[in-house]
Amino acid sequence: MDRPIRVLVAKPGLDGHDRGAKVIARAFRDAGMEVIYTGLRQTPEQIVEAAIQEDVDVVALSILSGAHNTLLPKVVQLLKEKGAGDKLVVGGGVIPPDDIPYLKSQGIAEIFTPGTPTSESIEFIKSHVRVEA
Amino acid sequence: MDIKKGIIDGDRIALAKLITMAEDGKKEAMDIIKELYHRTGNAYLIGITGPPGVGKSTLTAKLARAYSGLGKKIGIIACDPTSPYTGGAILGDRIRMQELFTDPNIFIRSMGSRGHLGGLSRGTRVAVRIMDIFGMDYIFIETVGVGQSEVEIADTADTTIMVLAPGLGDDIQAMKAGIMEIGDIFVVNKADREGAEKTAREIDTMLDFNEKSTWRPKVIMTVAQDNKGINDVLHAIEEHMKYIKDSGIFASKRKEHIKEEILELATQNIMSEIMTGLSKEELLGIVDKVAKREIDPYSASIDIIKPIKGGIQK
Ligand code: B12
Ligand SMILES: Nc1nc2c(ncn2[C@@H]2O[C@H](COP(=O)(O)OP(=O)(O)OP(=O)(O)O)[C@@H](O)[C@H]2O)c(=O)[nH]1
Ligand SMILES: [Mg+2]
Repeated sequence: MDRPIRVLVAKPGLDGHDRGAKVIARAFRDAGMEVIYTGLRQTPEQIVEAAIQEDVDVVALSILSGAHNTLLPKVVQLLKEKGAGDKLVVGGGVIPPDDIPYLKSQGIAEIFTPGTPTSESIEFIKSHVRVEA
Repeated sequence: MDIKKGIIDGDRIALAKLITMAEDGKKEAMDIIKELYHRTGNAYLIGITGPPGVGKSTLTAKLARAYSGLGKKIGIIACDPTSPYTGGAILGDRIRMQELFTDPNIFIRSMGSRGHLGGLSRGTRVAVRIMDIFGMDYIFIETVGVGQSEVEIADTADTTIMVLAPGLGDDIQAMKAGIMEIGDIFVVNKADREGAEKTAREIDTMLDFNEKSTWRPKVIMTVAQDNKGINDVLHAIEEHMKYIKDSGIFASKRKEHIKEEILELATQNIMSEIMTGLSKEELLGIVDKVAKREIDPYSASIDIIKPIKGGIQK
């Protein structure tokens, strides 16, 4: 049986920019995924608990506040601590290219910045998540 | 990981994984649930239904928090529609439940309807059983939002709360048939808005014409986003629970729900058995024959179930 990929779309930190997250949520839905959208201003703890309870395959973080270097690695670290390190973590938003290598070294699988077509992130997720039948 | 042991030990990751596996219809999941089924029956099931946007999720969050404050363990299952075209869904009920995410007494699961009609998701019933096994005291089930005929929640929950809001005047009139009967408690949420009292009165009047049992549903006004009226709803739930338990309705209702569940599962089993014994090509071949009027659909439907007449091998 084919099941949909489950994705948590979350916005960590004090960041009121939610247009991008909503665009991404809709694009993922239209690509056949089940998107759990949790709204604005989440702490890493809240995001990780939601990811565990929803048993998502992917944690997709949208961040435009500039605090990505602290918040994104924190989410990955907490997931590991809680025994949920198997989830694919991706990020997107206004993130300078110079910061991307560091974020990847911290376990964020890929970063998608403004101007990247949503089809790219969808392709990335579909090829990195194996949903066994 | 040993999921069965995890469930018994209260591990939330095991709970989350078992729900996923069961929702996907995995045999390993069903085997675990079968072994632990004797542990079900202790959770009290509360249905939260009503038109889109009236505040079901907000109300559910406040009720769950109130029960958590009393030391109760709470499961929440929030259903949202799956797109029939893409199979995708945006499950947004959690937006109104943020304050509960890190509450150790509360476990929330969002589910896409995945083609299931009737107001719940395909995996809702089995997820309820799993949360029950896990030891939840109360399980809230938020429906996808009622339209006209989605009354499945009343076949699942012990107490069903119908949530409405002011300004739905015509909707309430239209909903009279069928939908009004399923509410054990009526909540007029968004009572901070104009017309709430009028809406409450209209519902009250309609309930007067609806004396089907000795339980007269309460109509309660709330402002869920400001936590107002939540205790009144909580008391109404407890009162309804006491009423059905004292009157014996609880036991008969649960038997009725089990009957519905068995029949639904049997239907699913038969369908999946038909589909495994029948290739796409064979099915298309039969369709062609009917289209050419070589055979009729009535006989064709009997033909395709012939192979399973001897019983389903499990
Ligand atoms: C619109 C906007 C606002 C709106 C937001 C409205 C809303 N509800 O979203 C308003 C006016 C409220 C606003 C306010 C502020 N803003 Co502003 N805002 C912007 C602006 C102009 C566009 C953002 C946007 O909506 N883009 C459209 C969406 C669709 O694109 P996107 O979010 O980038 O998302 C795309 C990709 O990044 C990617 N993506 C995004 N998330 C994710 C997640 C995943 C998993 C994936 C795969 C992909 C992905 O896919 C999306 C679609 O292609 C940007 C500048 C810019 N050009 O980016 C500044 C900008 C983001 N804002 C900025 C600032 C500073 C602010 C304020 C602090 C300003 C102030 N001093 O008050 C406030 C803070 C608000 C708050 N509470 O957080 C700065 C941030 C600087 C930084 N990061 O260092 C920016 C970059 C402007 C700048 N150059 O200075 N802002
Ligand atoms: N004015 C007012 N708004 C409220 C109240 N309760 C909830 N809301 C708002 O109503 C909107 C919908 O609330 P939800 O709780 O998401 O409603 P819902 O019935 O779960 O919605 P769906 O699941 O989409 O059908 C949100 O913007 C809430 O903030 C209330 O008491 N008063
Ligand atoms: Mg809702």
